[in-house]
Amino acid sequence: MDAIQQAFVIESRELLQMMEENLLQLENSAGDPEIINAIFRAAHTIKGGAGVIECDFIIEFTHVLENVLDEMRSGTITPNRELIEVLLACSDHLGILMGCVENDALPSDEENKTSLSLRKQLQHFLGQEASESKEIVVADPNIQTSGGGEMETDNWHISLRFGPDVLRKGMDPASFLRYLNEFGQIVHLTTLPDAMPEAEDMDPESCYLGFEISYKSDADKAKIESVFSFVSEDCVINIWPPHSKLADFIQAIDALPEDSMRLGEILVQCGALTQSELDKALAAQSTTSADDESASQQEQSPKIGDVLVNQGAVTAEVVEAAAGKQVKVAQKKSLESQLIRVQASKLDQLIDLVGEMVIASAGANMLARRSSETALVESTSVITMLVEQIRDSALQLRMVQIGDTFTRFQRVVRDTSKELGKDIELVITGSEAELDKSVVEKLGDPLMHLVRNALDHGIEGPEARVAKGKPAQGTLKLNAYHESGSIAIEIIDDGNGMSREKIFNKAVEKELVSANQTMSDNEVFSLIFEPGFSTAEKITNISGRGVGLDVVKRNITSLRGSVEVESKEGVGSTFRIRLPLTLAIIDGFQVGVGKSSYVIPLGAVVECIELSEKDRADTAHRQYINLRGEVLPFVRLREQFEIDEAGGKRENIVVVQYAGQKVGLVVDELMGEFQTVIKPLGSIFKNIKGIGGSTILGSGDVALILDVQTLVALATVQQNRTAVAEAVKV
Amino acid sequence: MTEKHNLPVAAGAVMSDEEQQYLTFLLSGEMFAIAIMNIKEIIEYGNLTEVPMMPEFIRGVINLRGSVVPVIDLSARFGRRVTEISRRTCIVIIEAEANDGSKQDIGVMVDSVSEVLEIPRSEIEPPPAFGAKIRVDFMRGMGKVAGEFVIILNANKVLSVDELSMLGQATSVSSTEQAEA
Repeated sequence: MDAIQQAFVIESRELLQMMEENLLQLENSAGDPEIINAIFRAAHTIKGGAGVIECDFIIEFTHVLENVLDEMRSGTITPNRELIEVLLACSDHLGILMGCVENDALPSDEENKTSLSLRKQLQHFLGQEASESKEIVVADPNIQTSGGGEMETDNWHISLRFGPDVLRKGMDPASFLRYLNEFGQIVHLTTLPDAMPEAEDMDPESCYLGFEISYKSDADKAKIESVFSFVSEDCVINIWPPHSKLADFIQAIDALPEDSMRLGEILVQCGALTQSELDKALAAQSTTSADDESASQQEQSPKIGDVLVNQGAVTAEVVEAAAGKQVKVAQKKSLESQLIRVQASKLDQLIDLVGEMVIASAGANMLARRSSETALVESTSVITMLVEQIRDSALQLRMVQIGDTFTRFQRVVRDTSKELGKDIELVITGSEAELDKSVVEKLGDPLMHLVRNALDHGIEGPEARVAKGKPAQGTLKLNAYHESGSIAIEIIDDGNGMSREKIFNKAVEKELVSANQTMSDNEVFSLIFEPGFSTAEKITNISGRGVGLDVVKRNITSLRGSVEVESKEGVGSTFRIRLPLTLAIIDGFQVGVGKSSYVIPLGAVVECIELSEKDRADTAHRQYINLRGEVLPFVRLREQFEIDEAGGKRENIVVVQYAGQKVGLVVDELMGEFQTVIKPLGSIFKNIKGIGGSTILGSGDVALILDVQTLVALATVQQNRTAVAEAVKV
Repeated sequence: MTEKHNLPVAAGAVMSDEEQQYLTFLLSGEMFAIAIMNIKEIIEYGNLTEVPMMPEFIRGVINLRGSVVPVIDLSARFGRRVTEISRRTCIVIIEAEANDGSKQDIGVMVDSVSEVLEIPRSEIEPPPAFGAKIRVDFMRGMGKVAGEFVIILNANKVLSVDELSMLGQATSVSSTEQAEA
């Protein structure tokens, strides 16, 4: 795939996204011309782009789509649910076709079949009438529209010369004329086929047509101009308000490449000029142009003015420019939104390098301090500060707003609620909250799951809702906000909520808990994240198979996040996902065991306490301490990691928390917190438990980052087995 | 620790067949060779961080200019004793390829590196079915150098990322079982 294709695909995907959003909006605000225009523009730009990269299957498909949209724009077709449905399907299908372009492949038979069936459906909306009228106008340029008989005096006059590339870019000159009829009346129209070359020189894909239009309308000039905004770059368009100055008029006619005499006649025919006005103009013109350099030529010919060579040159430029137009449009667009597209890999590389720099500057700083040269210490600390700022801004580069992820759910909610026969509105708030791109990418699946879950199980059908005294339309809210260095994402529904009792009973039934266990609401609701847990009585094709919420939890946990649920029976549920803002850097707490250093994610650390002499003596045979009246089980890292070196005189406990459970990690030394750039350990260590990654310390040494959750799970399994084994021995 | 040893490659040597050039090194007195194609660099041993709960032959990880690279003890990998650190201990950085085609740098700990040799194909014998006390698939052949046999290792087998990660898992499971016993 070359650069142009790539640019086309990226841009088109964005446009499709926009188109989908607009279509969904259109469903609620029927016939808003702004929205219809936006949709048309999107389809149109895609088609234009496809023309540039000469991708026929997309051109063909979008052509029909565009026709329908154009009819919608002109009001011939009113967008109803059925049509929007088809248009959404078209936008999806275009997405698939983009995939083909991306892979440099032709669409498969199946995709072609979809193309065809969608096109047929679109044709159905177009109806016979529309396609016929279009053919007439294009096929016979000499036809004059009806209404020509009426002569009106104070009309606008529009002089149109379509550029040769108009058809190639997917514009249909006839549709502009039709659109003119929207807010006015074409009183008289003359088609000028003069630019048409001999048959053998003619390029059927080029447009050679010009029009002189007498137009009656109350609209202002800007409005009339806006009709032609799509083609204004390629075409020569002159619009004169009623009662314009005759001289200006003539001058402009001069500038047009047609035979002026003939033009004059046409204008009289159009009713733009009277015969006497024309005669006067002709006379005036020939006298004033006598001193002109091209006077001799003018006198010989019956033309009012020269067929301006200049004008011809301009046209040639326009033609040339047209080829590069698509690229320019793309450039202009990115300029407008002040965005630069950068390849993600380049950004990653930059962030890697910045990470290196942080480490290197920490090393330099350490050496400088050791040298105790004040000036050196000072300059290195300035460097360190700057490097930290660079790191912060580099990480900022990867931050994206969560809004795009949220808006994607509009479609999901719409389709799913329809499928389920429910009426559900999606409310999005906090879409400007930012988080790391890599987090956003991995968030899609769990979020999708929770949304579908809420739609299917959470929100009731309209009848059930009304029976409960709730509004028939259910509401699903997606909300995001920042909270102390992490982002919280909420999926809130006003549905049925969850029954604490039902979940508890189910958990007992599945032997996840014992019947006489006392649990907090929070703990009970957390049970739904256990594997194989589903309280839904019936299984739908959307959710309820019991595979899912555990996967959601696992996915979120693998992003070092957490998920919790609040629910009130009959009122609704709130799922809250908490995620770190970035995956590349964490706040770490460095501890030492023997000679090695380990890093514990600071978020997991609750407190640090010294293990007193008494406790040390007490804990020779047991693995828990009394923490202010609470039982705190702990893991000795020295034992867990089989570190042979003799321990120091002191031991400390780092109390960590995960999934609401407190656990102590016994270490030798507490070394304080620092910002940790996470380095993956590589695939050799992919099966390791208890270690989440590694980082490089200021000294250049590698320190391992503990994965508290798996470490504790590992220790739990081992201790339980040991206990069982010992019991058997006894 | 990132100081490079200059590989003694003869200037202007014709590299028509790179496979013919081998780096030789010593492992507890025995000489081995490895094709230089996959070798990225040789660094001094130092600043190694041990990774707990891994098999003995995975000695740990080092910081190689910002990336974390695992270090394999080749002697332990062959089921012999663990390499003892000496002044001449080196880490040879080799680019190994996993089954899925992804590449990873792996450091190999050796007692000392000797030299880069050209061993013509005609001087390479197929490996013996037994007697070398090394898994047969680890050996690519036996090179004849100055009348002595040198075992030419198959780096992709010895450093198979897939196998190493599986062995790592087996160990963390077996250490669980040890705790049980």
